[in-house]
Amino acid sequence: MSAIGISKEDIKTIMNNEQTVASNPVASPKAAAKKAARPAVAKRPSALALKMRAFFQWLLPPIFGLLLMGAVWTLISHQSPNLPGPVSTWHSAVELFSDPFYTNSPNDQGIGWNILASLERVGLGFGLAALIGIPLGFIIGRFQFMSRMAAPIIGILRPVSPLAWLPIGLLVFKAANPAAIWVIFISAIWPMIINTAVGVSKVPQDYMNVAKVLNLSEWKIVTKILFPFVLPYMMTGVRLSIGVAWLVIVAAEMLTGGVGIGFWVWDEWNNLNVEHIIIAIFVVGIVGLLLELALTSLARRFSYE
Amino acid sequence: MEKIVQEKYVQLENVNMTFFTKKGTFEALKNVNFSIREGEFISIIGHSGCGKSTVLNLIAGLLQPTDGNLFCAGREIAGPGPERAVVFQNHSLLPWLTCSENVYLAVERVFGATDTKDQLKKRTQAAIELVGLAHAADKRPNEISGGMKQRVGIARALAMEPKVLLLDEPFGALDALTRAHLQDELMTIMAKSGCTAVMVTHDVDEAVLLSDRIVMMTNGPAATIGDILDVELARPRKRLELAEDGHYNHLRSEVLKFLYERHAKKAA
Repeated sequence: MSAIGISKEDIKTIMNNEQTVASNPVASPKAAAKKAARPAVAKRPSALALKMRAFFQWLLPPIFGLLLMGAVWTLISHQSPNLPGPVSTWHSAVELFSDPFYTNSPNDQGIGWNILASLERVGLGFGLAALIGIPLGFIIGRFQFMSRMAAPIIGILRPVSPLAWLPIGLLVFKAANPAAIWVIFISAIWPMIINTAVGVSKVPQDYMNVAKVLNLSEWKIVTKILFPFVLPYMMTGVRLSIGVAWLVIVAAEMLTGGVGIGFWVWDEWNNLNVEHIIIAIFVVGIVGLLLELALTSLARRFSYE
Repeated sequence: MEKIVQEKYVQLENVNMTFFTKKGTFEALKNVNFSIREGEFISIIGHSGCGKSTVLNLIAGLLQPTDGNLFCAGREIAGPGPERAVVFQNHSLLPWLTCSENVYLAVERVFGATDTKDQLKKRTQAAIELVGLAHAADKRPNEISGGMKQRVGIARALAMEPKVLLLDEPFGALDALTRAHLQDELMTIMAKSGCTAVMVTHDVDEAVLLSDRIVMMTNGPAATIGDILDVELARPRKRLELAEDGHYNHLRSEVLKFLYERHAKKAA
């Protein structure tokens, strides 16, 4: 997005230019002098104006989108008296976020604590899934036999709704928190296994021929050829996984209770505090978006191209 | 002391190669017999699909023959190994490593057990300098031109100090000028190193210019050696002088006659 990169110099150029500020009597002599000195520069601003236009063309559609969402929301809230509109939700949010880290009781804590608790669960479940899923993906991608062996397991278990694993977790761990982490783990592991395995199986034969001619050890093959090649695939898996994990945490916490954004939503439903539910929806969405953006930029850094 | 030159340094005996694919069996090579003298430069030429790359891959050990035997320096070729270095057609450099790291990977594998780290680095640098790429040593393959990539490929192969250098259409993807330039350099390098080389090509001029002997292959399926042409041209060879040399042009037309009269490829 080079359009954002408008520096002070650019703005000066716009201000000093006769086309942009022709009606400004103070600036025009200066501009005229400039024009006399270097007449060719007079054509320049059109490029800059294009840059500006490109910037607004980039910026305006998302703003229109958000405004449209707000308008539809307002309209619906006028029709349905129980649904709070944007204004009352905003006031409620300001109040809520003015003190995000309070603790009254285990079941009454600030929104900040709830978000952090959810992030911690996601981090743990997702981290464990990466720790196990990525090496597993390498093994499955590298050895045909393992791939054939894993195919039915993955095929059967992957389509299962994450929450179906919750009772198993509760049964085995006999506690709500590890069960929620277990649900995150089991739902986040598949994209990482599959994408890593796909990456490994796509390593060009040319590179493997190089490895063969050089007689590289399996360790060198993994570190010098497979890992760098698979990294972008792996990062795709990681991104998908964290997306799934963040989707699932809300539902899991609704069922397990405790502290967490999902539990908080359910708690506010019981309190019939609809503003807070809407705020929670935005919070979940924005945090998910930030996670996605962070991982995308991380993935870009690791790309060798 | 004069080194005894082995007449049959690389040897192919009754080599047959059949590929078993989903569509059925394909007999690529039948009864391929020839041997290569130590220090000799051999070209394998033939129409596309005649199995010349298959012969190279067999010598490299990347393929195993269905029947017959291959020997290198008196030992049977059981698999790929660094004593038979390959320069691949598409250079096959690892894009995430710099030029010198690509070469170092090979050097480390071959000499890692005997040399110190400093010596390994010196070997890498020497190989990069040999192909005239000292200025691009720290660049990644996607930052340099096709000709430079192929040079790195050659440097990687030579740095391993192989007994046999195998070149699979090394200059096929390059433009004519770069190709001529690299051919000249390869001649100089080979004269210096004195290593045995086998090159697959479909370029008649390249074959005559570089080789001591040209192995001409018949068309597939069941391709075999049609003829072997001795290239008795004095070295060092100069491209411009040879262009007007009667013997050079005679050899050239011999190869052309083989390819386009005796074993013309049927129009597809």
